[in-house]
Formats: sequence, structure tokens, C-alpha cells
Amino acid sequence: MEASESQGQLWEVFIQSKPGQAFKHVGSVHAYDKDLAVENARDIYTRRGEGTGLWVVPGKEIVAVTINEAEYFFEPIDEKIYRHPTFYDLPEGVKQM
Amino acid sequence: MSTIAPSKEQLLAEFESKIAAEMKIEPRDWMPDEYRQHLVRQISQHAHSEVIGMQPEGNWITRAPSLRSKKILLAKIQDEGGHGLYLYSAAETLGISREQFIQWLHVGKAKYSSVFNYPALNWADIGAIGWLVDGAAITNQVSLQRTSYGPYSRAMVKICKEESFHQRQGYEIMWKMMEGTKDQQQMAQDALNRWWWPALMMFGPHDNESANTSNAMKWKIKRESNDQLREKFINKTIPQAELIGLKVPDANLQLLDDETYKHGDIDWNEFWEVVKGNGPCNQQRLEHHKRAHDNGAWVRETAYVAGLNQK
Repeated sequence: MEASESQGQLWEVFIQSKPGQAFKHVGSVHAYDKDLAVENARDIYTRRGEGTGLWVVPGKEIVAVTINEAEYFFEPIDEKIYRHPTFYDLPEGVKQM
Repeated sequence: MSTIAPSKEQLLAEFESKIAAEMKIEPRDWMPDEYRQHLVRQISQHAHSEVIGMQPEGNWITRAPSLRSKKILLAKIQDEGGHGLYLYSAAETLGISREQFIQWLHVGKAKYSSVFNYPALNWADIGAIGWLVDGAAITNQVSLQRTSYGPYSRAMVKICKEESFHQRQGYEIMWKMMEGTKDQQQMAQDALNRWWWPALMMFGPHDNESANTSNAMKWKIKRESNDQLREKFINKTIPQAELIGLKVPDANLQLLDDETYKHGDIDWNEFWEVVKGNGPCNQQRLEHHKRAHDNGAWVRETAYVAGLNQK
């Protein structure tokens, strides 16, 4: 028997730590179905009130780009420094900009 | 576990206590119909504004005076497109499709900010738009970071962070012109003259005449009123104008004892005419959007078929 058959599939777990905040990845759990996945995620990752919201997503559904591909996948941001406010000259004394 | 479905009164009380406790409302939470409708209207209008707002500036990409300024303008317009997409996504969490939002825009049921119905006549306008139009939008958006609807709030946080360069690049253009020849100085002043009042109108009607303000404030969709935000914008922008030698075109402007400004009367007839569709570029903006959307139909159809074939 494969390991996955004895433990169910892998689910990635995302927690919202405060109302209004974005959900953040915290880890993963094994489970056979959605209900068990959220319960396992709750028991493993929110024992100290870490969450006000929780998502579980089947790991195999996630399409990922990893650090190995980063160099050619992401735009070379060093060439586009004008996207940052610090690039611009401002006259001395200007406020609230 | 036995559960009895809560009554509408209970749901409303729960909703309002969350609002009172500064908790965000999330897409799957119960919310009053009026709250949902207000968000649908406001967020989609905001999204349409980002996208339509690409047109007056896009007009100048091929005529930017240097490679540096062309790259900056491209980056800024690209941001506006991205911001439109963040906002459409936030609006879609309310259960309405993007297709529907676009259709409402095309039939005139949904609006976008009227300021984009004014033309960008010369390069100084690109400076004035970044400094004043983005400046006014940022004033509004900083406040909306604290809006009660979670997805809208999170979109605002990201947008504010990214827009911090937009206003600076506009102000830099104005400043460089004011350091230049007399003609350049005049161009900058002329652009300020034409964009100042439309920028003030961006905040909407005065509080006592704004139909949409009261529920929006009660439910914390909006955190500050139209007039409060307009005053904030005026108080920070006038010193910026004076610092580089520009004069705000308001003969009745008064500096009050507490170092804040009282502006002269806004021409609300002009505002309502532009809202109704009679501004200088209303027709052009909408027609361009429809044309671009229709011309892109084959891309959507091809992607759809390709998606079917992958299954």
C-alpha cells in the first residue's frame, strides 16, 4: 500500500489570523475528505487561537512556481526601479507625498 | 446538533455588531442586500475607473519626451490595468460575474470616475494627472484601506502601496517644467488650471447632497465623507503647488487660522453634465472600451475552447 493510500491525500492549509487579513499558508495535513481535512487542519494548526478563518486546498490542485524557476519566471525587477517611489526626485521641503 | 435558522433580525444584529467591533465582512458572511448592492456599485465603479483611466494617459505613450518618461508612463498605466483587475476580483466575490460588470458599463448602468472624461492635451497634463488625479485617488484609497468589506480592504492595501510612485512621477514632471523655460512654466500652470477643479470633483457631491453617503458611512464601507477627503486633499496639495511656484486657480481660496484652506464654489453644473455623459470625452472613452472589448472577443473564445480541450 502506498503511503498516500493509508493517510488520504495531502491538503495545504491557509489561516486567516485576524478578521480582514489575507489567508496565509501555514502547512499541510492528510485527510480523506474535505470535512476531515478542515478538522485535522484545525487540530494541528490552530490550537492557540491562531485562526479566525481557515482554508484547505487539495495539494495536487495547486500550480506552483518555485525558487528554482524564479530567475527566468519573474520579471527582472532590478531593471524597473522606476516602479518604486524612491526613484523620483522631489524638491526639498515637499510634504505628504 | 440541532440548529434553528436565525431570523433576519438576528442576522442583521450580528452583522452590525461585527461592523461596530471593526471586524471585516467576508464574502461568505451574511450581509444586508443594501450593503451588497452598495459594494457592487462602488467597487465596480472603482474598477471601471482604473481601466478607463488608462485612456487619457495611454494617449501619450508614443509621444513621451524621453525613454525614461516613456518607461515610467508604461509602468504606471500597466499598474492601472492591474488595479482594475484586483478590484474586479474583489467585486466578483459578491456573486456577480465580470462579464456582467462590463456589460453594465457598456450600457451606461455602471459609471466610472468623471475625471477621465477630460482630455490630456499635452505633456504637462501627464504631470497634472499623476500629481492631482492620482493624488486625489490616493487620498480616497488610503481611507478605504479601512473599509469594512475584507476583499475590498485588501485590494486597497495593495493598490495604495503600488500607487505611491504614481503621484511622485506626476509631481516630478510638474517640478521639472517649473524649473524650465517660461513656456514650460506656462504649460504646467495651464495644466493645473484645467485639472484642479475636476480633481476636486472626484470626491463627489457635498455631504449634504450625496445620496450614497449615509448607509456607506453607517456600515463603514466609506470611512470619511466626500467633504472630509476633499479637504484633506486640498490641504496637502496647495503647499505642494506653492513650493514649485504654481498657483491654484481659485480666486476665492482662503487660508484659515488653523492653516487649512477653504475653497471657492465648485461648479456642480459642470460635474452633473459630465456625469450625465456630456463631458468632452465621455463618448470617446466608452466607444474605445467597447471597441477594445469587441476586438478581444476572439481571444476569449479561443481561450475558452482551449480550456475545454484540456479537460
